[in-house]
Amino acid sequence: MKKLLMALSMAASFAVAGAAHAEEKLKVGFIYIGPPGDFGWTYQHDQGRKEMEKALGDKVETTFLESVPEGADAERSIERLARAGNKLIFTTSFGYMDATIKVAQKFPNVKFEHATGYKTADNVAVYNSRFYEGRYVQGVIAAKMSKVGVAGYIGSFPIPEVVQGINSFMLGAQSVNPNFKVKVIWANAWFDPGKEADAAKALVDQGVDIITQHTDSTAPMQVAAERKIKAFGQASDMIKFGPETQLTAIVDNWGPYYIERAKAVIDGTWKTHNVFHGMHENLVVMAPYTNMPDDVKKLAEETQAKITSGELKPFTGPVKKQDGSEWLKAGETADDKTILGMNFYVAGVDDKLPQ
Amino acid sequence: MGMFEAILLTIATAATPLLIAAMGELVVERSGVLNLGVEGMMIMGAVAGFGVAQLTGSAWLGMFAAILAGAAFSLLFGFLTLTLVTNQVATGLALTLLGLGASAMIGESFVGLPGVRMQSLNIPVLTGLPVVGKFLFGQDPIFYISILLTIGVTWFLFRTRAGLTLRAVGDNHASAHALGVPVVRVRYLAVMFGGACAGLAGAQLSLVYVPQWVENMTSGRGWIALALVVFASWRPWRILAGAYLFGAVTIGQLHAQALGIGIPSQFMSSLPYLATIVVLVLISRNKRLTLMNTPTSLGKPFVPDR
Repeated sequence: MKKLLMALSMAASFAVAGAAHAEEKLKVGFIYIGPPGDFGWTYQHDQGRKEMEKALGDKVETTFLESVPEGADAERSIERLARAGNKLIFTTSFGYMDATIKVAQKFPNVKFEHATGYKTADNVAVYNSRFYEGRYVQGVIAAKMSKVGVAGYIGSFPIPEVVQGINSFMLGAQSVNPNFKVKVIWANAWFDPGKEADAAKALVDQGVDIITQHTDSTAPMQVAAERKIKAFGQASDMIKFGPETQLTAIVDNWGPYYIERAKAVIDGTWKTHNVFHGMHENLVVMAPYTNMPDDVKKLAEETQAKITSGELKPFTGPVKKQDGSEWLKAGETADDKTILGMNFYVAGVDDKLPQ
Repeated sequence: MGMFEAILLTIATAATPLLIAAMGELVVERSGVLNLGVEGMMIMGAVAGFGVAQLTGSAWLGMFAAILAGAAFSLLFGFLTLTLVTNQVATGLALTLLGLGASAMIGESFVGLPGVRMQSLNIPVLTGLPVVGKFLFGQDPIFYISILLTIGVTWFLFRTRAGLTLRAVGDNHASAHALGVPVVRVRYLAVMFGGACAGLAGAQLSLVYVPQWVENMTSGRGWIALALVVFASWRPWRILAGAYLFGAVTIGQLHAQALGIGIPSQFMSSLPYLATIVVLVLISRNKRLTLMNTPTSLGKPFVPDR
């Protein structure tokens, strides 16, 4: 129904644009992997879209297509947006990479922005997020707050983005307590509230007193609230689901980037690039630090400030891999290529990485 | 609360929606109708239950709303397949797709709201018993309903005249019709019972399991319930066994992962499915008994001759 309405309104606006012509609005299209109501990944992209509309007012006009599968449908949907007169198109999932490149070749005058991929072209830019920087702060907080010294980590799939998070969390925690432990459960799903809740319960039953998650629903936060332990939110601020539970949350803040890129197209300064933004660029934002003593809050804020200023890089040596071999020498920092392809644990993680 | 007790409780929560939905589908299939729309009816129940509980503040009202929503939604399936005699498989699939879409639309304003949790029982002394106290006397009402449902369905199907009639309709609708049994009416009632159960299972998800609403929150549980019915060869107690086995292996593998025993998580995640299939196939080895319990008219359209 919604899609139909959207298609109709798109067709209508196309007709209007054709007739009036004079209006100089930049049309911006978005392709979403899920529904904006997932309260996670897509929700945050949609918030970014709304921020852009708010900031640029009547200079832009946005459209989105939701729940577009990462297959042949993706190409069709992206092309549809391009044909409808959108001059800037954001494709917001890794799996849209090839489809984006393909459509971009057909529409050289349209600018494309692909999230979390690595293929660029003259009219295709790539943007990525250093979520792991937020994980480091979480690790610091967890090590301070945990009484038993063990945190539970609910992972989705063993892909580099998630492994980065686990390692960064671990390194943050070890910076406070070298003996800190992390128990990992893979849900093998991005989104299954029931299973995520079961995983959280299993972790609590095994004695962890802090939970962090890299899956998309608010279920683990609810379990943590029910069992009276602490937890971190994921992708969006989940404080409503655990007013006395959430310590902080990593919030994906796409708005500023979307505004900046739309402005660049309007000003004619848009250029392709491949960026990996984090706290410094305000893409990774931490929800308010709550439910912790002031000294922990202060330490968390300091850590965040150091990462933001670039003084602290989470992947800085000396760091050993899980098997005991050396990964980073003292003072050495990992390059982006290694970070983006990370497929090993650092020492101290209590899990075997599924390959 | 000891670890064993905690695990038992988690298993019960995971198994209950499967058990309820499968028990409803069992009755539907025993009447000779194959309704693949369980997932769709379940999610309609979940959104109705969440919504009504949210508006009224009462989890009980939410639960009743979910049962009604599931039954009402199944009537659509009944009308299409029983009155208009459309293809049951295609109609069931359509029902699932419709349910997923419609629930997303209805639930749009519920996203991001913490839900109302259905309170668990708390009987002094009994709930406090060691090990089994909480499992037997300290769970949510829907758990007890699921157990009563299993007993009730068994009794109804095999100990009552109405149950015999229902099974007769499922085994040979032409003969039943010739004997004067109102085949279509029996099937309508069975389909609505199935819908009500699926709705209740949905309410368990959005009021007990994870008190929140998000699109597609059933995540395939309706399909697992459907498979359970077949693998349990249409027998109520085997569905109970299957649902709890599935729940136990699911929770067990999560615990094994947390203990870090080093078996690939992809394999561990598929274990519940494997284990349930293997065990239920093994206990269904008796061919004669299985044939006896298979509703022969399953999925076949029925047009009464006049």
